[in-house]
Amino acid sequence: MEWFFKNGIPIYTQIIDEMTMRIASGAYAPGDKLPSVRELAMDAGVNPNTMQKAMAEMERRGLVFSERTSGRFVTQDENVLRKLHEDLARTYLSELTEKLQKIGMDRDEIRNVVDSWLAEDNQEV
Amino acid sequence: MARIEIEHLTKMFGSRIALEDVSLSLEKGQIVGLLGPNGSGKTTLIKTLNGLLTPTHGSVRINDMTPGVETKKRVAYLPDRTALPEHMTTLQLMELYADFFADFDRQKAEAMAEDLGIDFNQTLKKMSKGTKEKLQLILVMARKADVYLLDEPIGGVDPATRDYILKTIISNYNEDAVVVISTHLISDIESVLDDVVFIKDGKLVLHKTAEQIREEDGKSVDQLFREVFRC
Repeated sequence: MEWFFKNGIPIYTQIIDEMTMRIASGAYAPGDKLPSVRELAMDAGVNPNTMQKAMAEMERRGLVFSERTSGRFVTQDENVLRKLHEDLARTYLSELTEKLQKIGMDRDEIRNVVDSWLAEDNQEV
Repeated sequence: MARIEIEHLTKMFGSRIALEDVSLSLEKGQIVGLLGPNGSGKTTLIKTLNGLLTPTHGSVRINDMTPGVETKKRVAYLPDRTALPEHMTTLQLMELYADFFADFDRQKAEAMAEDLGIDFNQTLKKMSKGTKEKLQLILVMARKADVYLLDEPIGGVDPATRDYILKTIISNYNEDAVVVISTHLISDIESVLDDVVFIKDGKLVLHKTAEQIREEDGKSVDQLFREVFRC
């Protein structure tokens, strides 16, 4: 999997975003063992301390947990995973509405345009 | 105890000031970028840390010792130009390193040389510039030192090799060592750095963590560098 980092944003927060996305999308499934910090750091081309910091923060958020001897795993807690999906959905929706509002659409117009987009049968959803 | 402790270091070459009142303390467990334009004093600083140059004023300590025989056992140094005998082959150089440095891991060096497709029986003289640089870096990184001083390790190699070198630095990372990388190719290495040190005209102008620069300045290290050193 490829890693891309934007300029001017702390790398550890970008790692958290990317790893969170991988968990949400199932690239790392619930209960999966994660690669070691060193392997992840090598893969992403980042400093191991930075990767460690990101993993510690993901642990704090309950997205991953570590077993003392066997490594770090993706959470199997359904509540955490459901909340993760909800949070991501809200983030995307706020980005979308913000952009649509910027081009002058009001709430009803946004609702209509989303509905008709979903109704078009050439869409994937 | 800091791995590297520099206090009020000034280095003069005749009447020219190469380094002026530089103080810097570097702890173990860090990868540090020593960044500055050409002629800013990066190489002079690294050579002083390695005992190849002596301070005009001030002091330099490695593991709380003045650079000398004892510190050289613990410092792995990649010079900015080839310092190895040109007539020697890869294999002979590995033997040389194994003889000289007790902490040299020959198996590791051979594995890295194989990864990079380096011919074990070719002499340094016959190697391309890039291959020479790769081999020298391998010899240095295969040591298990306390301090790694890498003077322009990625300057002359292609982007794919650059990636391999950075991955090698990451995979060799150990929390007891400090790695100092001098370069002006900042965008290539900035994601690997803990700490960033800018030097300009022989003076230390900034010492921050790379994440601080991204967070507080909202810039990449490369962008900040271009601002600080705008011509």
